[in-house]
Amino acid sequence: MNVLQEVLQFLINALSLGGLYALMALGLVIVYGILRLVNFAYGELVMVAGYTLLMLGTGPLPWLIVAAISVGMAVLTSLLLERVAFRPVRQASATTMLITSFAVSALLQNAAILFVSPRAKAVVTPSFFTENFQVGGLLISKGNLAGLVVSLLLLGLLTLFLRRTLLGIALRAAADDFVMTRLVGIRANQVIAAAFAISGFFAGVVALFWIGRLGSVGPFVGSTPVLVAFVAAVVGGMQSLTGAVIGGYLLGALTVGLQLVLPQSLLDYRQAFVFAIVLLVLLFRPQGLVRGTTITERV
Amino acid sequence: MLSVEDLYAGYGAILALRGVSLQVKAGELVALIGANGAGKSTLMATIAGVLRPFRGQITFEGQSLLALSPEEIVRRGIALVPEGRRIFPSLTVAENLRLGAATRRDKAAVERDIEEMCTRFPILGKRFHQPGGTLSGGEQQQLAIARALMARPRLLMMDEPSLGLSPILVDEVFAMIRQLHKSGVTILLVEQNVERTLDIANRVYLLNTGRVECQGTPEQLRAQVDIVGAYLGDMWRGD
Ligand SMILES: Nc1ncnc2c1ncn2[C@@H]1O[C@H](COP(=O)(O)OP(=O)(O)O)[C@@H](O)[C@H]1O
Ligand SMILES: [Mg+2]
Repeated sequence: MNVLQEVLQFLINALSLGGLYALMALGLVIVYGILRLVNFAYGELVMVAGYTLLMLGTGPLPWLIVAAISVGMAVLTSLLLERVAFRPVRQASATTMLITSFAVSALLQNAAILFVSPRAKAVVTPSFFTENFQVGGLLISKGNLAGLVVSLLLLGLLTLFLRRTLLGIALRAAADDFVMTRLVGIRANQVIAAAFAISGFFAGVVALFWIGRLGSVGPFVGSTPVLVAFVAAVVGGMQSLTGAVIGGYLLGALTVGLQLVLPQSLLDYRQAFVFAIVLLVLLFRPQGLVRGTTITERV
Repeated sequence: MLSVEDLYAGYGAILALRGVSLQVKAGELVALIGANGAGKSTLMATIAGVLRPFRGQITFEGQSLLALSPEEIVRRGIALVPEGRRIFPSLTVAENLRLGAATRRDKAAVERDIEEMCTRFPILGKRFHQPGGTLSGGEQQQLAIARALMARPRLLMMDEPSLGLSPILVDEVFAMIRQLHKSGVTILLVEQNVERTLDIANRVYLLNTGRVECQGTPEQLRAQVDIVGAYLGDMWRGD
């Protein structure tokens, strides 16, 4: 491979992984921006979508329908968690909400252990995810390309939603100043539900690709995505959606880049290198790369 | 129109309002004055539904507001220009204005009102697509007022709209309040600028440590200048 090919290959892989990471981070930050809640149960939304894929995957439905239902389940679960777990503690301290999110996360993982299996199960995924094709000497994974396109598409749609619709504008306003948003007449429950729905939607879409790559789903399938999302969000700046996207792509590029440059013997420690670099970034910019707008009181 | 009866409110153990009663009739411009910490902002926040009172009653057009959330209270027709402006810094001027009309369904009329705001406050038209956070203090104050007007409120509450503005802008703000009042908007105004407030208000309440110290027409308050001066100190004598 010549240099140009290598660069192109790197770009495709980095943009694909980075795009997924960006979606993960966005799902976390869109809720954090409004409630100041780091929702660690976010990973379990990926899990719920994964188990839906598992259960319906062997049935008669075409994969795209199964995928849509799985994403829908993640959205429903996210809305349900907001309603039964987070709304009752909304007025409580940030710590209370954080602990609630840990509890919900553990509860869902244990439910999966109890009712499904403690072990990961193979999921039927379309061969699509593991197939490659060649263009001008370039070996491109179809799954990666799809991830790249879908993430860019969703980022575009989210941007349109946030800029063009009243609900979208209200979501951004609520991240600026929640009380003032209520004072202009936006219903608190409505914006919060919208944030959780979007968060669940992104978790569901991420699950399709994540589990498509892994080929299996287990009770802890969400722990890596939620960690990645959290790290990307912190690097980008927890209070900025743009930051989350930048953080996601940066983390994706780092991960893919290290895979290229690290010698074989160190490849296993790739994650450690990624986190070391992240720590360095935070040392120089503790607030993350993108600073959000002023925080006022929560709800 | 608005009636507050024997209101007690505060923050945790701090009692900021101790039995405040106040009336605003339709078409009036009622001013609320008092030293820092007297409880003026607390009263406005309680009327707007941000703070739950411990005791007392608030009615608007005959209906109690006590059990209502802030978002329902705006729908009843009360808009607030809060202390410190609180425009949405990451939203453009256009988006700030559009959110001001969040309770309205008449899209075409909302568009017309946005245009009208840009005529009334030309700077908003100029900065239409800039984030609110990039505006100067005076510009933000105009945006905060315009945003509140976008709700087409029947009662407009303004908390220190001239705070931190240059003398020229203070003149403008007072001229604007007078004009709004003339155009038929009922106004409850909190101001530290006592002399100028007495010039434009129909009636005035003087608040002191959570109680109404005295009330009446501006003339009546001026007649009690010693009492007022005692509470307001230097502010009374000039600006
Ligand atoms: N968020 C708050 N938490 C605790 N105490 C507050 C808060 N806001 C105001 N106070 C207290 O309530 C009293 C009334 O304050 P405020 O209504 O802001 O007065 P004003 O607007 O007349 O200056 C003051 O003693 C102030 O210290
Ligand atoms: Mg005040």
